[in-house]
Amino acid sequence: MGLQQTFWGYRRDNGRVGVRNHVIILPVDDLSNAASEAVANNIKGTLALPHPYGRLQFGADLELHFRTLIGTGANPNVAAVVVIGIEPGWTQRVVDGIAATGKPVSGFWIEQNGDINTIAAASRAAKEYVQYASEIQRTEHPITDLWVSTKCGESDTTSGCGANPTVGNAFDKLYAAGTTLLFGETSEITGGEHLVAKRAATPEIGAQFLKTWNAYNDFIVANKTNDLSDSQPTKGNIAGGLTTIEEKALGNIQKIGKQCNVDGVLEPAESPNGPGLWFMDSSSAAAEMVTLAAAGGFVVHFFPTGQGNVIGNPIIPVIKLAANPRTVRTMREHIDYDCSGLLQREINLDQAGDQLLDVLFRTVNGRLTDAEALGHREFVLTKLYRSA
Amino acid sequence: MIHFVVHDQKDTTGVVVVEGIEAGQALTGWLMDKDETLTISVRDAIPIGHKLALTDITEGSDVIKYGEVIGRAVAPISAGAHLHVHNVKTKRW
Repeated sequence: MGLQQTFWGYRRDNGRVGVRNHVIILPVDDLSNAASEAVANNIKGTLALPHPYGRLQFGADLELHFRTLIGTGANPNVAAVVVIGIEPGWTQRVVDGIAATGKPVSGFWIEQNGDINTIAAASRAAKEYVQYASEIQRTEHPITDLWVSTKCGESDTTSGCGANPTVGNAFDKLYAAGTTLLFGETSEITGGEHLVAKRAATPEIGAQFLKTWNAYNDFIVANKTNDLSDSQPTKGNIAGGLTTIEEKALGNIQKIGKQCNVDGVLEPAESPNGPGLWFMDSSSAAAEMVTLAAAGGFVVHFFPTGQGNVIGNPIIPVIKLAANPRTVRTMREHIDYDCSGLLQREINLDQAGDQLLDVLFRTVNGRLTDAEALGHREFVLTKLYRSA
Repeated sequence: MIHFVVHDQKDTTGVVVVEGIEAGQALTGWLMDKDETLTISVRDAIPIGHKLALTDITEGSDVIKYGEVIGRAVAPISAGAHLHVHNVKTKRW
């Protein structure tokens, strides 16, 4: 089966192509969650993205906060954005960042207005936006416009021998077609970092990757109180048969296939500036990593699981796959693609990769994922350190 | 039926991929990188996703999976025995 060369999506003013058409109500801070949720309740078809942060952050942690919020609003799966903050300064900074894409965005603030007036004004803007978005049609675009990220979760040993290599096979094919691809999970490379470094397109990129990995590892070693048993691997990983971080990491990196180079290293929530496979410095916690990938501009995500992670994301479809036949049987409604046949040699890896790509194209063309149908919208900001 | 899979010829452990494996069963394994099958008699009941030792592993020696080191044995492990956190530890953290 040859790879499909086009997909149907929404071209935005900045040239990027989205596969969903959301209107989001984006709070700048925790205090604005209530007003944001009220607007989303008033205006049907909009989506609030509540989160717990945005006050008294500083330095690199504050920059990451802004980069994540602006990146989320700028993501091409988003048609228009209403931003609500407690005060005008930081609200306007988020509005301006998103406005650079050319998409409709308006900011509202609560101080000296109160929730009720803010909700009324923001609801009027949200209503205009949702009606605007409802008239945008999907058009056909080359596969090179597709940005795909991956991260695995609640992994077990079947992830490493089934679901992750299936993603790797699909990534090899997407890479050859000129798409933009992402992996991350810095701490979860531990035990396979030498293998990822060897895949770097240049020695400089390899050195940059190892510097990033070492910095994260130093942080873990400095703060750990035991051997991280139960944290990395998690209790779920261990119940599923994974014994050590090295084993988990070697399974994890099956997702980057056999042929892709690692073409660059990104900060959390940073966008790549060209096609290829990119590594993003990121937590291995599922919702944190997928949130950062979406903020980096990726529009669809492969999420292989072993024991059955149920994650979704508010703005990007998360395609879940599993090779563990028990998980597929007990959690069927969460698994978009069952590749358990791979471990019984009913299909080979190349066929599994093709079948996953078929699910990918159906999804980006509009089919809702299991996580979307079930309402999974995990939006989790990464926080680097304590607030002031 | 494939009862367990092995990634690499150098591996000293394999992964059980079916439910209900009982002690004493003769298991068929699939060596994925060579696309060959192998058989082994299992010593313990092993849950799906958990591993068995393919060879006798002495205490303190490396355990190999994917052709790479995944940890060290903290107890002697016999061929066919359950291999997990009770007898293998990380070499990293």
